[in-house]
Amino acid sequence: MRLPDKTTSMEEAVSQIESGATVMLGGFGVPGTPFALIRELLRQGQRDLTIIKNDANETGLGVDHLLAEGRVKRLITTHIGLNPRAIQMMNDGEIEVEFCAQGILAERVRAGGAGLQAIVTDIGLDTELARGKATVDIDGKPAMIETALRADAAFVHAAKADVFGNLGYCATARNFNPMMAMAADLVIAEAETVLPLGGVAPDEVHTPGPFVDHVVELGELSEEYDIVRR
Amino acid sequence: MSGAKERMVARAAREIRPGMVVNLGIGLPTRVVNHLAADFPVCLHTENGLSGIGPTLPAEQADRNLIDAGGAYVSTVPGSAFFDSAASFALVRSGRLDMTMLGAFEVAQNGDLANWKIPGRFSPGAGGGIELAQKARRVLVLSTHTDRQGKPKLVERCSLPLTAAGCVDRIFTDMAVIDVTPEGFALREIADGLAVDDVIKATGAPLILPEGEIPVF
Repeated sequence: MRLPDKTTSMEEAVSQIESGATVMLGGFGVPGTPFALIRELLRQGQRDLTIIKNDANETGLGVDHLLAEGRVKRLITTHIGLNPRAIQMMNDGEIEVEFCAQGILAERVRAGGAGLQAIVTDIGLDTELARGKATVDIDGKPAMIETALRADAAFVHAAKADVFGNLGYCATARNFNPMMAMAADLVIAEAETVLPLGGVAPDEVHTPGPFVDHVVELGELSEEYDIVRR
Repeated sequence: MSGAKERMVARAAREIRPGMVVNLGIGLPTRVVNHLAADFPVCLHTENGLSGIGPTLPAEQADRNLIDAGGAYVSTVPGSAFFDSAASFALVRSGRLDMTMLGAFEVAQNGDLANWKIPGRFSPGAGGGIELAQKARRVLVLSTHTDRQGKPKLVERCSLPLTAAGCVDRIFTDMAVIDVTPEGFALREIADGLAVDDVIKATGAPLILPEGEIPVF
C-alpha cells in the first residue's frame, strides 16, 4: 500500500478555477500568503472572484495585484488598513467588502471545513456586523448565527509538504492556512519544500494530506515572500 | 514620539501584573513592550498566532515568517508557542486573556469603544479588535487625548460605529489616566506639567475629579 502522489504543476492546478469562483487565501500579512498561486491566478485571468482572506496584503503584494487588475468582485475579510487601494475601491463601490471579526472568520471557515452549517456567537452583537443576522437565545443570553464558509478553491502556503499533501507550516505563517485547507472543494498547497512520503513525520503534520488535492513545489521564492522594508 | 506619549506608554506598562497573559494592539500599545524588564514574568499574545512575543527585530535580523499583528518583525522567547488563528481567538474568547491594550478613535463615558470604521473615509476593519474588546478580562485604551484636529476622543456618546459596547475599563492618554466608572469618566492621574483644567477642556464629557492631590505621571 502506498499513499498517492499529488504533486501537480502550478498551471494545471490553478486552471481548474473558473471565473466567478470563491477562493480562500491563507496568510496574515506576508507570512503564509500563497503569493505564487495568486500570481498564477493573475496570469490565467480568472475574473469576478470572491476572495476570502484575513487581510488585503499591502500595496504591490498578493491580493493587491488582483484588486489592481479588477479581478475581485467581493472580499470577505477582517482588516484592510494596510491596503489603501482596497479601502478606496470599497469607498468607490468597485468592490463589495464584508467585514468579519477575525476569530469569527477563522471559526466560520473551520465550521465550513468541519461539515457544519454555522456557528453561534455573541461576538459583534453590539456592532453593525450583527445587521441582518439571525439571533437566538442560548441559556437566556442573546447570540447570533454566523454561517459557515466554504469556497470553490483554497490556496495555502506551507513550509513543507510531502507528496501526499501532509503539510507543515512555519511560525506565524500558519494563521488561517490550516482552516482554509479544510474548507474548499479544491485545495491547492504551495510548499517551499516538497518531500517524499514520510518526509513530514506524522506528529509534525499540521494539515493532514486527505484534505489536500494538489501539491505544488515552489522553486526559488519571489521577493514577495521576503522581509518587507517599510 | 513626544515625551508625554512616551510617559503614557511607560505608565500603561505598569498596569501589567506578573503572570498575566496580555495582548497589545496595533499602534501605540505595541510600544509598551519596550517598558517591560527582560525578567518580568508575563506572556504576551499576538492574534496572528504567537504566545511569548520576544523583542522586535530590525529588518536585517528578521525572520520573514515571524511578525506581530501590526506587521512588525518580532522574535520568540524560551517557551513561546505558535498556533493557528482559530486557537488564537479561542484563547481570547474563552477568558484566558487577562488584559488587552487597544487604540481608539472614540471612547464614550459608558465604556463604549469605536476604533474600526470612519464611514466613507477610513474603514480599516476591526481585525481582532471586536473579540479583544468584548472578551479580554480587562480592556485598556492607549490613545492621544484628542485627534489631529484637536477634537476630544473621550466623548459622551460615540458617533462612530462601535467595536464593542461598555468594554473599556481604563484609558491612558498623553494627558491623563482616566477610569470608566458607572458614574462616568473619573480622573485618576495627570501628566506632568498639566493643570486639571487642561484635561477638562480636552475631554468631551464630564470628568469626576478626585479628592485631594492628583498623582502625576
